[in-house]
Amino acid sequence: MTDTLAPDTDALKHDLIDRIQAAADEAALEEARVFALGKKGVVTEQMKRLGSLSDAERRTVGPALNGLKTEVTAAIEARRAVLAEAALTERLARERLDLTLPVRPGPLSAGRIHPVSQVTEELTAIFADLGFAVAEGPDIETDHYNFTALNFPLGHPAREMHDTFFFNPKPDGSRMLLRTHTSPVQIRTMETTTPPIRVICPGRTYRNDSDQTHTPMFHQVEGLVVDETATIGHLKWVLEEFCKAFFEVKKVEMRFRPSFFPFTEPSMEVDIRCKRSGSEIRIGEGEDWLEILGCGMVHPNVLRAGGIDPDTYQGFAWGMGIDRIAMLKYGMPDLRAFFDADARWLAHYGFRPLDLPTLFGGLSS
Amino acid sequence: MKFTLTWLKQHLETEASLEAILDKLNAIGMEVEKVDDPGKALAPFVIARVISAEKHPNADKLRVCIVDTGSGDPVQVVCGAPNARTGMTGVFAPPGTHVPGTGVDLKVGTIRGVESRGMLVSERELMLSEDHDGIIDLPEGAPVGRPYAAWAGLADPVVEVAVTPNRPDCLGITGIARDLAAAGLGRETTPAIEPVAGEGDCPVSVTLAFEGGAPLCPMFGLRLIRGVRNGPSPAWLQARLRAIGLRPINALVDVTNFLTHDRNRPLHVFDAAKVRGDLVVRRARAGESLLALDGKTYALDETMCVIADDAGVESLAGIMGGEASGCTEETTDVLVESALWDPLNIAQTGRRLGVNSDARFRFERGVDPAFAVPGLELATRMILELCGGTPTKITVAGAVPDARRVVAFPLAEVKRLSGLTIDDGAIVDTLGRLGFEVTGAGPVRAVVPPSWRPDIEGKADLVEEVVRITGLDQIVSMPLSRSPTVAPAVLTPGQVRARNARRTLAARGLVEAMTWSFVPKSHAEAFGGGQPELALANPIASDLSDMRPSLIPGLAAAAQRNADRGTPDTALFEVGQVFRGDRPDDQKRAAAAVRRGTAGLAGAGRHWSGAAPAVGAYDAKADALAILEAAGAPIDRVQVTADAPAWFHPGRSGTLRLGPLVLGHFGELHPTTLAALDVEGPLSACEIILDAVPAQKPRPTKAKPALSLPELMAVSRDFAFVVDRAVAAADVLKAAAGADKALIERVGVFDVYEGKGIPDGAKSVAIEVVLQPRERTLTDAEIDAVGKRVVEAVGKATGATLRG
Repeated sequence: MTDTLAPDTDALKHDLIDRIQAAADEAALEEARVFALGKKGVVTEQMKRLGSLSDAERRTVGPALNGLKTEVTAAIEARRAVLAEAALTERLARERLDLTLPVRPGPLSAGRIHPVSQVTEELTAIFADLGFAVAEGPDIETDHYNFTALNFPLGHPAREMHDTFFFNPKPDGSRMLLRTHTSPVQIRTMETTTPPIRVICPGRTYRNDSDQTHTPMFHQVEGLVVDETATIGHLKWVLEEFCKAFFEVKKVEMRFRPSFFPFTEPSMEVDIRCKRSGSEIRIGEGEDWLEILGCGMVHPNVLRAGGIDPDTYQGFAWGMGIDRIAMLKYGMPDLRAFFDADARWLAHYGFRPLDLPTLFGGLSS
Repeated sequence: MKFTLTWLKQHLETEASLEAILDKLNAIGMEVEKVDDPGKALAPFVIARVISAEKHPNADKLRVCIVDTGSGDPVQVVCGAPNARTGMTGVFAPPGTHVPGTGVDLKVGTIRGVESRGMLVSERELMLSEDHDGIIDLPEGAPVGRPYAAWAGLADPVVEVAVTPNRPDCLGITGIARDLAAAGLGRETTPAIEPVAGEGDCPVSVTLAFEGGAPLCPMFGLRLIRGVRNGPSPAWLQARLRAIGLRPINALVDVTNFLTHDRNRPLHVFDAAKVRGDLVVRRARAGESLLALDGKTYALDETMCVIADDAGVESLAGIMGGEASGCTEETTDVLVESALWDPLNIAQTGRRLGVNSDARFRFERGVDPAFAVPGLELATRMILELCGGTPTKITVAGAVPDARRVVAFPLAEVKRLSGLTIDDGAIVDTLGRLGFEVTGAGPVRAVVPPSWRPDIEGKADLVEEVVRITGLDQIVSMPLSRSPTVAPAVLTPGQVRARNARRTLAARGLVEAMTWSFVPKSHAEAFGGGQPELALANPIASDLSDMRPSLIPGLAAAAQRNADRGTPDTALFEVGQVFRGDRPDDQKRAAAAVRRGTAGLAGAGRHWSGAAPAVGAYDAKADALAILEAAGAPIDRVQVTADAPAWFHPGRSGTLRLGPLVLGHFGELHPTTLAALDVEGPLSACEIILDAVPAQKPRPTKAKPALSLPELMAVSRDFAFVVDRAVAAADVLKAAAGADKALIERVGVFDVYEGKGIPDGAKSVAIEVVLQPRERTLTDAEIDAVGKRVVEAVGKATGATLRG
């Protein structure tokens, strides 16, 4: 009976550790634990029999069994950790996604701001810094605001050069028209504002004309300054500063040529030095001159029409095409595409929803 | 306005180069539009003599020529021209020359074993004519070595300038010369005109018959020249006219065309043999017509001015002569007319008849009235010189009007408007050079503009004259004064709304379009527009005829165009003007969004994660509310009513209201509307009138209301109601929220269901009611009591029962 009284704990340990190590999953490990340490487990059974041993035997067998129990428990915990790690690894592998699959782009990627809106905001940012407000007027105008108040004599060829869209005559013989320029806003502003005046007037304008560089509807921006001291010198400065800021270049060279507009005297057209290569135009360098705007000192008759005394006040005004300067800055080749709403053109030439033109962050990104 | 350099130099003595002249033209207000300098391309071609021309040893049709080019050793050239012969003088191009007619750059070559160093050229190779039968054969004595083009008078540059409508004087080359001379580019050399002493009175009398009415002709001068020999005009005159794009006709006509461009003095010549009786200048009578010199017949009426004889209308005054009395090579007696016409009437008549002529162009802008008679004298001299003949005295009907006026000119005005300091003497001198009479002394001078400057009205005009001749480049940029404070906001509330709406819609994935302000009438009518006062009288195209009453038709049509181009799913928006009438207040600022196909907020089209559904009324509602929120509308007080306008689907659209105000509409378009627009759905649309959103009241502080976060947890309870299908979810929510205004924080719909388990014609609406206790935790009994009130309130308002 010596063999039963002094169990071979080493052999038992090896057997149990082998069983634990062999457990392939949590269930098999539990089975091995029950086999060893369960109520009827082999170690438990041995422990139960300690009481039947002599003191001397108990002193050797007891610690050995306790040692065995500790080792088996540790082996089970170790095995459990290994199995848990393996299970996690397997789960992670199972949960793997193909992240090369494309996600749906969000609305901020798809949305666009039209170049005309963007450029109008750029203009606004620049001129707001110089103290200009933004004035507006109606598209459907009277002959008075579009022509007469702007010093276009009745029947003068300059009127005819405007290719005006008319509405049908009213019973009193008058007829409304679509404004051919944003200059009527000058008169409307002068009528309601006491100088000093500094405004820009962006808006839609219309002429009955259509080819590659003309559309029956287009956008202009008018600028008007009226105070007691404004001169052509100031006009030059404003336009030079504007062109530098707008085209985002350090220097520009402008050429002022005498010209004629009924509503300014003296009148000038302004060319800007540039270099063309393909559809790209570089402003401020090169050998070419590009006409970009018309301007002049407000004609005394126009000041009078706006209710302002031309001997006390004086001022200057300028006008240019928003679509045109957008084309120059951003390289669109064809004006007609501006109004065709082709989604491909808008996606390409349009601006992202959060491209907000500011002076502190730069007009364009 | 075109002229050649040589022609200009007939009136301007100058040492200036072509480039300097062009720069000065730009600088003084005559924009150079085009310069055609044929001499430049022909510069390398020189006159050369063929010393010998021998048969090519290896080719029957070729000759080996030894050519004296006037410099260096004679050159050997292989030539295929049949007229190449010993002793002839021709035109030679050395290697390296670009030959304009062939586009080829010449190289030293070997032709059938013989070296050829250059080329003898034909007229076609120089693009002078189509002649390619042989090389240019110049007369004996042509100077060998000289550039051919200069010798042949082909090197005269043609300049085209844009003359602004205020400067009719520069529609004559003398006027251009005068301006250049005033700007320091030389000396005016136009000779004075000496009158021609006529023999006897002009046998044809002229009557200006405008009894009582406006005299459309202030003055009419006429002279007969008998015994002229008309025929082709001399080569120099023909060359001048051709150079500026005119076709020589015969000497008499060519003289009038020459003086039109040389002096801005249009004239007319009648064949006296074809004029019956005397001439009357009068208004045309209804029913009269004229076969004009352009071969077209014009129907005339009493708004137009004509020159008539006993046989009827002979000429459309100041615009174009008649075919019947025109001068031909058979003409022997010629009546020469030089008159003044009412510019407005000329412009109106020209427009109404659609006639453009050099005469009309000048008379409607204004000719020099003082030159009418001298111009007639000059024409007489030229005709006598070219055609011979005997002139009568000039008969003048009417008189040259006195347009002399005095402008009081404070010299300080130059500095006041331009910022440029010019001394008084220089100002007076500049005006003098331009023909202004300046008198007086001191700060304000009396200035009389010359008769050829109808544009000068006041002191600002004189400032322009001084500044443009002095040079705009002399004006130094002056910084505009800047505000000493931080720049304030400049946009109006309406502008801010438009901007916010634009950025919001773009951020919702919509693409901003700019569509025409005018739409087809049928589209306008389909959207409540098409009023007569919004229809253009002269639309550029029949489908751009009416001012748009809404942005939706333009956007829907654009979406369809994109679909036709292969992009069926587009989301477009526009922020812009719509028109209710033709008064300024009738123009409204609107924002509209259109989604087509599957272009919803989350994306469009098929995708592995799930295909996007077709767009519908709820997409439109979401866009509409986003616009309203961006525009600053109190969004929680906005109501939806089911009474959108007729262009929307009646069951899938809504009107957004704020109390009595209509802010806009949204929904799917009516199938009839889609058909009228020729657009295929699915398509959702919304439009908000930004101007209709009430302005936010200004507040004394920018502080937001204090935030109060309750300490107690909110409690949520769900209720599923069965209601009639027609009951609006908003009514269910409103009743539920009103059941206990103190405790109920918010209510929301989390499920709507129709089908199995729900009676026909009814639907289940499941709502969540969130209670927020403020002072103490609610007991179950209290919560149940609120729940009971919710069920009662909803039941009472909508007939709802709790779903079993």
